[in-house]
Amino acid sequence: MSQSGLTAEHGVPWPSNGISEIPFRVYTDQEQYRREQERLFKGPTWNYLCLTVELTKPGDFVATTVGETAVIVVRDADGAINAFVNRCVHRGNLLCLERQGNVREFGCIYHGWIYNLTGQLTGVAFEHGVQRQGGMPPEFRKEEHKLQRLRVAVLGGLVFGTFSDVTPDLETFLGPDVTRGLLRVMNRTPHVLGRNTQVMPNNWKLYFENVKDTYHASILHLFLTTFRINRLTMPGGIFINQDGGNHYSFAKLDYQAEDQEYKNAGLRSESEFRLRDNSVVESVDEYGDGVSVQILTVFPGMVLQQVRNTIAVRVIRPRGVDKTELEWIHLGFDTDDEAMTERRLRQGNLIGPAGYIAMEDGCIGGFVQRALQYNDDGAGLVMMGGHEAESQPFRASEAAIRGFWKHYRALMGD
Amino acid sequence: MDDLTIRLGVQELIGEYAERIDEDRLEEWPDLFADPCRYLVISRSNHEAGMRQGVMYAATRGMLLDRVFSIRRANLFEPHRYRHVIGPIRVKSVNGNTAVVHSHFIVARIMHDGVTTLFATGRYLDRIDISATPYRFSGRIVVLDSDKIDTLLAIPL
Repeated sequence: MSQSGLTAEHGVPWPSNGISEIPFRVYTDQEQYRREQERLFKGPTWNYLCLTVELTKPGDFVATTVGETAVIVVRDADGAINAFVNRCVHRGNLLCLERQGNVREFGCIYHGWIYNLTGQLTGVAFEHGVQRQGGMPPEFRKEEHKLQRLRVAVLGGLVFGTFSDVTPDLETFLGPDVTRGLLRVMNRTPHVLGRNTQVMPNNWKLYFENVKDTYHASILHLFLTTFRINRLTMPGGIFINQDGGNHYSFAKLDYQAEDQEYKNAGLRSESEFRLRDNSVVESVDEYGDGVSVQILTVFPGMVLQQVRNTIAVRVIRPRGVDKTELEWIHLGFDTDDEAMTERRLRQGNLIGPAGYIAMEDGCIGGFVQRALQYNDDGAGLVMMGGHEAESQPFRASEAAIRGFWKHYRALMGD
Repeated sequence: MDDLTIRLGVQELIGEYAERIDEDRLEEWPDLFADPCRYLVISRSNHEAGMRQGVMYAATRGMLLDRVFSIRRANLFEPHRYRHVIGPIRVKSVNGNTAVVHSHFIVARIMHDGVTTLFATGRYLDRIDISATPYRFSGRIVVLDSDKIDTLLAIPL
């Protein structure tokens, strides 16, 4: 928390101690944004870094960000995964400029300082000067300098990092329900089918709330109702962890009944409200439990989704108080045959920046942000399903959003 | 069929494609494709890494028609149009009934309030069925130079 002394003691004021009235200024206030970087992203939280399959060999690295902070994740010679801040201790230059690759060590291009794969400084160019002139002072010791480390944890093939020494271990942080939900989806070895980044003109929290918002889905996203798909949805529910910030929601689908519905539809006269090609929604029950949608979040910035047979990690990257980058990492598994891959790719039209049931989420936050521009007094309401943030056996609720604010307020100290 | 005839037919198809999108004649856009077909919008980094997931994908004309119907009736976004500018069209090879054609493009996005931005640049990697006129795309891969898409992609590129 090196910079916490520089940030204001108090953030945006709240109308009450509750979590069902959200002051609009939390989405517009520059100082609030700065505090979030320190207290949430660098605070006692676990942040998605990469997949273990991206780090198969010693020296394999991924350069990423946690919040706004540049981070390197690398597998070392002993097979351990290390993560450290992508910033040379000398002059603060970015050490690693490529997104992914394999190295023996990290060398700063600016003055040639060298670090090994554990982040330890091992080399300083002209450390002893040139022809006995210049060089570092005698008290300088390389051993005393290393890159700022993050703690690393792995679950279900996903690598997480935390800046804080007091963050509980990952499974404790997630809670038993969310841990179970994560391991349910990540039950095989994944591979990346592709990545996309969506740049959204809104505060990062507006997107994270949207993901936790089980209330909007059937209202904002008209695709499923327009094409009369998914009427067979059976009840689902919401699990929220103790601290509130992590959750998963799920809904079941009667796959066999839906399949029969398609066959019957094919026999009836062509309706303009029927899909001409059903393959975009033709799904198989790959987990064998009837759950067709599971949306899981890890506070403060990761989403793991199963929407039918599309599996994706979404990473929320704040890029200023009113700009957010959302990276979609689409996954398949080692057990997939060509038919399964093709199924995932066709259903891929449902999600992502052009997703039939996702594209609205790319613009809705921007609409809110625009409405709040110089008009951010007052507070929004998240009272559907009560005022608390507890797990519920139904989804017409904003409980998971309240869970976000519960965790948020606890860490922000407001 | 002589070279010039093929070039003219290909140029007509590619020009027609941009015109039908930019002039908001989306309902006529799927007619430019064979059935089955392959339409894929994908970033250069995914494509060059051999990955197949893009942002928009159709394998049949039915899927293209569904995309248009969804844009018109099911998806919500601020009204906007595109302006395609297509660079030189290169016929790379002709093999039987298929011409392999490359071209590049820039697309400006004009929002309903008049705000105009450079939305996308990239290459079209086409396989064009020249067995009958007018020609049709049997495959069109839209390779986007950037990984990043501003806000959303509703209208096809």
